Amino acid sequence: MKPSSSDTELVHAAKAGDLAAFEALTTRHERRIYSLAYRMLQSPQDAEDVTQQAFLSAVENLAQFREEASFATWLYRIATFAALKVIRKRKGLVTVSLEEATEAREDYDSIPHPEYIADWKQSPEQLVERHETQRLLEDALALLDDKHRLVFVLRDVEGLSVRETATTLGLSEANVKMRLLRARLQLREQLTRTLGDPATRIERSHHHHE
Amino acid sequence: MKCEELLKMLNEYVDGTVDPAICEEFEKHMAGCNPCQVVVDNIRQTITLYKNGQPYALPLEFRAKLHATLRERWLERPPVR
Repeated sequence: MKPSSSDTELVHAAKAGDLAAFEALTTRHERRIYSLAYRMLQSPQDAEDVTQQAFLSAVENLAQFREEASFATWLYRIATFAALKVIRKRKGLVTVSLEEATEAREDYDSIPHPEYIADWKQSPEQLVERHETQRLLEDALALLDDKHRLVFVLRDVEGLSVRETATTLGLSEANVKMRLLRARLQLREQLTRTLGDPATRIERSHHHHE
Repeated sequence: MKCEELLKMLNEYVDGTVDPAICEEFEKHMAGCNPCQVVVDNIRQTITLYKNGQPYALPLEFRAKLHATLRERWLERPPVR
């Protein structure tokens, strides 16, 4: 198999018993799967466990993989469910959904107001180039509650739709939207404290007009 | 539209799924409210940064172990129909 082979070609070869093709698929997707697990779980050890489980499960189920979705999507779902299982276990909620009974009370009236409002010193294009930025993003993500972080990772980092995020997490779409808003606002707050230009800061007292 | 109402519609606005009539009100509010304008900018930039974040590299030791484990499992039980 050439390095330029498509995933579909590699999957067909792997299904025919070609281990090298499966290793090529692994090499191609391992970083994304590991990053997903790491971002969801915030633990290097758990991220490794989930990554290994996901690929082992891919080996075991490859013959049954019907290719209705792409290999990337299929693998991605396996990894997401493995990561969710770890989170539920941590919470002692093996069979309970992530939707908590008190969730209905988390409504729009209790959304925290933006506190630190300022233009950023640099554009996202400039920031992405900088090594410290990755660190800052991960630190801010780590500060979110699990329930907010999971929604943000699936929706904004991984690019799932609101509906796909809701289905994956077993939540209502309304709940996904609420959590996403909280996550985005909290991350904005956190990042702006570091990236904001203090000279352009707008004091909160000016923010109460109609 | 008040700042509080704008905050509630923020997702729909930045994701481009807001109702056109509400979108117009939203933009009218922003034009006269610098703080809200900056918050919306910040939110967009926040999402862009995370979307474009680089995936992590696997720790080398883990990567070697992962590939060894997969080879072993493959050879034990090849996934051929």
